[in-house]
Amino acid sequence: MEELTNVVDWSRAQFALTAIYHWLFVPLTLGLGIIIAVMETIYYRTKSEKWLATTKFWMTIFGVNFAIGVATGIILEFEFGTNWSNYSWFVGDIFGAPLAVEGILAFFMESTFIAVMFFGWKKVSPKFHLASTWLTAIGASLSALWILVANAWMQYPTGCEFNPATMRNEMTSFAAVALSPMAVSKFFHTVLSAWTLGGAFVCGVCGWMLLKKRNYDHCQRSLKVGAWVGLIGIVLTSATGDSSAVAVAKYQPMKLAAMEGLYKGDHEQSIVAFGILNPSKQAFDGQDPYLFNVSIPYGLSFLATHDYKAFVPGIEDIINGVSYDNEGNKINTISYSERMERGRRLQEMMAQYDQANRSCNKVATDSLKAAINADFKNFGYAYLDKPEEAIPNVPLTFYTFHFMVTVGGYLMLFMLLALFFVYRPNVLNKAKWARWWHILAIITVPLTYLCSASGWIVAEVGRQPWTIQDLMPNKVAISDLSAGYVQTTFWIFAVVFTALLIADIGIICKQISKKSQTDLETVND
Amino acid sequence: MTTYNLLQNYWWLIMSVLGALLVFLLMVQGGQSMLIHYTKPDKRALLINSMGRKWELTYTTLVTFGGAFFASFPLFYSTSFGGAYWLWMLILFSFVIQAISYEYRSKPGNIYGSRFYDTLLLINGIVGPVLLGVAVATMFFGAEFTVTKSNILNVQAATISQWGPRHGLEAIACWKCLLFGVMVFFLARTLASLYFINNIDDDEVNRSQHKLLLVNATAFVVLFLATVAVILTSPGVGYDDSGNAQWVPLKYLNNYLTMWWALIILLLGVVMVLLGIGKTLLKADYRGGIWPAGIGTVLVVLTLFWVVGYNNTAYLPSLLDVQSSLTLRNSSSSEFTLTVMSVVSILVPFVVAYIAYCWYKMDHKKLTSDELDNTDHKY
Ligand code: HEM
Repeated sequence: MEELTNVVDWSRAQFALTAIYHWLFVPLTLGLGIIIAVMETIYYRTKSEKWLATTKFWMTIFGVNFAIGVATGIILEFEFGTNWSNYSWFVGDIFGAPLAVEGILAFFMESTFIAVMFFGWKKVSPKFHLASTWLTAIGASLSALWILVANAWMQYPTGCEFNPATMRNEMTSFAAVALSPMAVSKFFHTVLSAWTLGGAFVCGVCGWMLLKKRNYDHCQRSLKVGAWVGLIGIVLTSATGDSSAVAVAKYQPMKLAAMEGLYKGDHEQSIVAFGILNPSKQAFDGQDPYLFNVSIPYGLSFLATHDYKAFVPGIEDIINGVSYDNEGNKINTISYSERMERGRRLQEMMAQYDQANRSCNKVATDSLKAAINADFKNFGYAYLDKPEEAIPNVPLTFYTFHFMVTVGGYLMLFMLLALFFVYRPNVLNKAKWARWWHILAIITVPLTYLCSASGWIVAEVGRQPWTIQDLMPNKVAISDLSAGYVQTTFWIFAVVFTALLIADIGIICKQISKKSQTDLETVND
Repeated sequence: MTTYNLLQNYWWLIMSVLGALLVFLLMVQGGQSMLIHYTKPDKRALLINSMGRKWELTYTTLVTFGGAFFASFPLFYSTSFGGAYWLWMLILFSFVIQAISYEYRSKPGNIYGSRFYDTLLLINGIVGPVLLGVAVATMFFGAEFTVTKSNILNVQAATISQWGPRHGLEAIACWKCLLFGVMVFFLARTLASLYFINNIDDDEVNRSQHKLLLVNATAFVVLFLATVAVILTSPGVGYDDSGNAQWVPLKYLNNYLTMWWALIILLLGVVMVLLGIGKTLLKADYRGGIWPAGIGTVLVVLTLFWVVGYNNTAYLPSLLDVQSSLTLRNSSSSEFTLTVMSVVSILVPFVVAYIAYCWYKMDHKKLTSDELDNTDHKY
């Protein structure tokens, strides 16, 4: 058992490491993709060589970032097989399809048109080139779509049924998988947050150039596109963040409770705006979960259900199976210990099914299959040792959620200020106080990256211990490997990806400083 | 044959097309392995930039091959990938280091210098084809694994696929698999020479590639004949309608004879490959050898996938428990999923068409040093 825990932990650590690295590069690809497409459109319309130079500068950075995104991405796809082999069989019938569609429809689009974008300036017509740049950006967003559909399905498994003859879940509706509310909100929140990050990146680089009093014109052009994409991005990110929260409240109430550090819920539940958690707090110990907090009345009820009166259950309520409607009547939900019981009964039924199947008793197999599917949403609970095992890491989920939302609010103000500067070039260029905005813009870049990573931590840590919500805890999802093997590959990944990241940063910094040395449009003091 | 069986066969056909295209596109890796033969920076640059415009096509085909395997035969995905862990991890690492190398090698600020990235390309150029060949060879010669689906009900030890303790290293040490891998490596180098001769307009490169072609093609032909002889004399696992599996001597030879059309296609493929090589070697100004050789390669690999999967053959025999062997019937996705995926596959010709159109436009003019001097996106 000790060994098993280790393999599970190392496999999780490896997946987290590779996913976090991958996500360092993907949002910039998504955001910058749109930004360069808009820039090239302006060039195409104006035929201005200056716009061409600006477009090409950002394209070079896009290319460097894209390559490392591709390098870190291949591993994630294959890791489902190498490290989560049980998972791959148990739900491969559903989960594999979006991955295949991603390859066939999105990756080829991206990789073909990116080649035209980089090498085709003199080989294809300007119109075809512009179309290729747009198709590269669209291809990147499409690949995000399919992988997010796959991720959303793990958070909210739908459109499938369990087949005890093959011991796996099988798809019954592709539309239900591809268009689940979780998939829709995840896609828009993620892609639009990447626009925000792309915008913030452009602002940050321009901030640095302007601080050096260089590349004034180039920055003016870049900011015009970057700040608009960033502002549209952050407005829509906030709106879709709201619909994400509604989806989480509905399908993953335990995650929502962890995001808020809420142990005992209530009607007209307030939301914590700022707070410090009590580190010794455990479920059912009666302690106050917060050392300090500032709350907004009705906030959580409203965020989670768009109804300020609604009851929002806390961690203890969920484990005890307690919930109420708006009239205060108890709604019939089941406790986690009951779900564990039912999960174990399901396992017994599956063993009986196996027997009946061997003796070709069709009547028995049919009725057992129906009974299994009727209660299948409790299957994963059979593997839990105690109900508390189903509580995710509350502090990590709580702090990352609050960090994301706070930075989201800040980014809204930041982007508005950026736009103000775009339309007041003299202030941006000459006013002493604009210097502070330049510095702020530089700091905003790492802040936005952290914000984006926090979003994923909320989404993924908040659903622990489930690989597939309610159906498969991660200790059952793994491959038959020794911990030492996974530990070895973990460290290889850590070293290789870090080395590549250093090179990536080195090249991007060099490109920026080269631009600022060669561009003659320096600021006139 | 039921609709479900037809769908399983259809998806095996798609996998074989993707697999065959992947082997053909490994010419990029073959080209990378040739960097050791060139020291002059301008010639290296020509080679690297010529491959650098195609590497993503190979890479994307590999990723799509993986995704499509996951969607259509998930038990292979979970058994082989999770089982032959080291084999697959080494393959993946070699592709990870490839993906950044082109873009980074000549960019200022790349920290480690361009030689470092060229070495990474070289490693991928050798490790990629050899180990992918080894992985495919396990489909013919078997692997040490068992599959027990009901394990999932065992709370303490729930993994359904169990593999031998060396987790893929045993396949790298098996001479038959290694023979297959080295054969694929020399095929990749042969195709690379034909591709360079076609794509690069430079006398010196052209001359040296003709010399390399002679050596590599000879090695390839010898290794190919040896590999085919080993495959045709090897036993395979067959199964009956109720799914009962057993070892059958000369299974792959039998399959070629039963599926005579596959044999014809195999021979046609071999002739085309030889034609492409021979004509290029004999006619100094002939540059189109990559086309017959490429199409021939695709045809040969297609038939290899067919004899390993069709005609009631297990495409991954288990050396530990023959009943655990993976077949098109016991390892595929459900009928519903295969149907959905088949609808998606209707779009494949459209994808192939735009890829072909773009590259037709881009490769119209051959690559020269002049072009490299005047481009702002040079590797
Ligand atoms: C401003 C208000 C915001 C709200 C209310 C919000 C809300 C949420 C929620 C509820 C989730 C979890 C969804 C799930 O588990 O399925 C989430 C995830 C995420 N958030 Fe935010 N968010 C906000 C701002 C941002 C910003 C500014 C960024 C980045 C620039 C960001 C990036 C992400 C990412 C990458 C994820 C993970 C993907 C996903 O699950 O959708 N969010 N957000």
